[in-house]
Amino acid sequence: MSHRLWRFHGGLHLPGHKKISMHERVREAAIPSQLVLPLQQHIGHPTEAIVSVGDRVRRGQMIAESKSFVSAPIHATTSGQIIAIENRPVPHPSGLDAPCIILEADGKDEAIEAQAHDYRNMEPAELRHLLRDAGIVGLGGAGFPSFIKLNPGPENKVKTLLLNGAECEPYITCDAMLMQEHPHEIIKGLLIMKHALQAEHCIIAVEDNKRLAHTMLVNALEEHEPHDIEVVQVPTLYPTGGEKQLIKVVTGKEVPASSRPLNVGIVCHNVATAAAVYDALQGQPLISRIVTVTGEALHHPRNLWVRFGTPFRTLLDECGFDKKAEVDLIMGGPLMGFKVADPDVPVIKTSNAILTLKRQVQKPVTLPCIRCAECARVCPVQLLPQQLYWYARAQDFDRVQDYNLFDCIECGACAYVCPSHIPLVNYYRFAKTEIWAQEEEKKKSDLARQRHEFRQYRMERKKKEDEERKRRKKELLKKTSNKTDDKDAKKAAIEAAMARVKARRAEQDQQKKNTDNLTAEQKKKIAEIEARRKEQAKND
Amino acid sequence: MTDHRRGHIHSSPFLHSSNSVSRIMRLVLLALIPGMLAHWYFFGWGLLINLGIAIPTALAGEALMLRLRHRPLTPFLSDYSAILTAVLLAIALPSLAPWWLIFIGTAFAIIIAKQLYGGLGYNPFNPAMVGYAMLLIAFPREMTTWLPAQTHELAFMDNLRYSFLNVLPHGLTLDSISMATPLDTVKTRLGLNMTIHEINSQFQNLFGMLGGRGWEWVNLMFLFGGIGLIFMRVISWHIPVAVIGSLFFCALAFQLADVDTHASPIFHLFSGATMLGAFFIATDPISAATTPRGRLYYGAGIGILTYIIRSWGGYPDGFAFAVLLMNMAVPTIDYYTQPRVFGHRDD
Ligand code: SF4
Ligand code: SF4
Repeated sequence: MSHRLWRFHGGLHLPGHKKISMHERVREAAIPSQLVLPLQQHIGHPTEAIVSVGDRVRRGQMIAESKSFVSAPIHATTSGQIIAIENRPVPHPSGLDAPCIILEADGKDEAIEAQAHDYRNMEPAELRHLLRDAGIVGLGGAGFPSFIKLNPGPENKVKTLLLNGAECEPYITCDAMLMQEHPHEIIKGLLIMKHALQAEHCIIAVEDNKRLAHTMLVNALEEHEPHDIEVVQVPTLYPTGGEKQLIKVVTGKEVPASSRPLNVGIVCHNVATAAAVYDALQGQPLISRIVTVTGEALHHPRNLWVRFGTPFRTLLDECGFDKKAEVDLIMGGPLMGFKVADPDVPVIKTSNAILTLKRQVQKPVTLPCIRCAECARVCPVQLLPQQLYWYARAQDFDRVQDYNLFDCIECGACAYVCPSHIPLVNYYRFAKTEIWAQEEEKKKSDLARQRHEFRQYRMERKKKEDEERKRRKKELLKKTSNKTDDKDAKKAAIEAAMARVKARRAEQDQQKKNTDNLTAEQKKKIAEIEARRKEQAKND
Repeated sequence: MTDHRRGHIHSSPFLHSSNSVSRIMRLVLLALIPGMLAHWYFFGWGLLINLGIAIPTALAGEALMLRLRHRPLTPFLSDYSAILTAVLLAIALPSLAPWWLIFIGTAFAIIIAKQLYGGLGYNPFNPAMVGYAMLLIAFPREMTTWLPAQTHELAFMDNLRYSFLNVLPHGLTLDSISMATPLDTVKTRLGLNMTIHEINSQFQNLFGMLGGRGWEWVNLMFLFGGIGLIFMRVISWHIPVAVIGSLFFCALAFQLADVDTHASPIFHLFSGATMLGAFFIATDPISAATTPRGRLYYGAGIGILTYIIRSWGGYPDGFAFAVLLMNMAVPTIDYYTQPRVFGHRDD
């Protein structure tokens, strides 16, 4: 039972605050009268609605489909009527509104007919297709469409399928509760994933502060003989739940920077995703999840099974929220989550926790960096946060990249320990977005320059061609006046002119296509970069 | 892209440890107390008088400059960094130093070496050492007026009178009560072609048990406080270990080469400013190297330079100059000692 473990640099021992939300079993949250379902609840491209206002839908019915690869469809989370498709506040760091389907519940909660499948009779590709249609995304917080991460591609062999049950952020307990109460679903889901990936063996990693979860998984495994699954306890240390950190701890392998775990033969999924995969095979698409509702100013912090689209507000009320309390509302954990201004935003696929934290009356003053290197001591990526900060602040974006800004996983460990209370991660986010913006700008201007050069070139060529034509005409005239072979010459001249026109058209077409291609590629690239980054940044 | 740009307003993390700059500085000050007690025990009231001059000077200088630079007073005056600079200078300056020496040194340290460079966090040189080095160059004579260890010839009032009015009790002259430090003595006598052994016997067991009477205790106590700081994780071990290690090995190598003309490594470690410097001065984070490996090089550089200046330079204790020289090398050291980032190959 002793699995060799490795360690990553730095890390934090944080107060857990986990017990407060683990006193009672997970219970179903009430289905609100109105559900707000954003068209984008995942990393990648938004979905497109396939229902219209007035349509009646049933639970599990697909209401928005994905038109591009990196996307995941959305399903109705109860039965009722679509009453609007419009912009609403959504839980996103930007605080901006986004398009949502508004579903009015009819209270019957009727489901579409569920069709169960046996994965053993399915080809991996078929399985992935099914999981894609079930709208499954990483439930650890990042929300990357899972079917993509279940496709190793022809040239890769998956040695280890790693299931992430570390849940290292304070306060959050949804995965711990799931492991305690539904170990079988997780294990069955894991076996399905293993089949999709044709993985050699599986490891479930659980932080050693979740003893009950560990025991339940180990006990459940005994009923699943024979299997190739190992449950491993990993030390409680933030951010062990980070994908690359966990891989290092469990396998000793370091996923090279800007490359995927697959390149070292590992695929990592979250425990809740595994349970969702199991549900999908039972014919149940992803329509709900466990959400930890916890923090200060709540009388009954607890975990709830929540249908997507349920407003934060109703969940807070269900947990005895003290309305007079001055709190900040946070989606996710206190280290990597983000503030939500509007309590009416809905729970979406990536909402693992709703956290209320007492608003700080007096913000501690930020002092200059004293270069104490505390931040570097705890950085799990072994960056030099103090240098990153220095150059990000000076907007020296070349230097900041020299110091590997883009390897930062925005875990917040550095800012947590900084004695000068510098909001370090803010500076990194700022620098990253500025660099992206500059790159985009540069691409645009490169494109403009290319266009300009091409036009210049075309104009010059046209001038030359005109001259050539004039010369030819003159010659032709001369020839006609000489009355030699005038018919043939005329024909040749016309043909030549036609050919030239044709050539020019083709060229124009070509050019148009080129620019089109470029923009599309650009767009795709940008989306890919973003997706990759987000995927890295959060534990999935 | 705009949403990302706005994203930085919502700032995680929302939790913070209880650490703060003022906590760090306070702990460093606390850790200095055992050494200061030993200092007071062996060298009399001078330290207290020095402190009494240096601390108000530092605070006044800091406040003045903050006002001139339009910076808020409270956060910066309450971070204890100016006080720490003052205390380090007060300890390093001689116990019979005239008041103006302390005043000029501290004012120079705070105003020129710290605030004119941009204040806390921006000074490339260690302010206390800049003040010290400036005094050493400008007032070499006044910088040597130490009492011999544990003689207590001066009562508090006498010491105070001497500091401010330059009057000694009847029948005493400066020469009769002050005495060169052991480091100084060794240096001048070696210059006169005496052997270490001859020096020791001429000065009645000058070396004490380890590194000079009185001084060895002061150093031991600073060592004690410094180890406490490492255990409380206020400073990292890298710099002190590198300073002490390199000084030790330099001294050992030369002693092995020629016992008669080189003091022992133990003497070097336990006399002069070694322990104070290794744990409290060289570890000033602002002017020191910031990478773990860089800190080892930085500390080793200080140790080696200290030995060189002590042995062949123009000053008996070279610690201040060693620190300042290494301060200059910090940007380069930091650049070339970046740790290997996760997922990157060694290069
Ligand atoms: S922890 Fe804060 S003060 Fe210390 S080096 Fe890092 S950024 Fe600077
Ligand atoms: S936020 Fe970035 S720089 Fe800070 S500790 Fe985490 S990975 Fe390192």
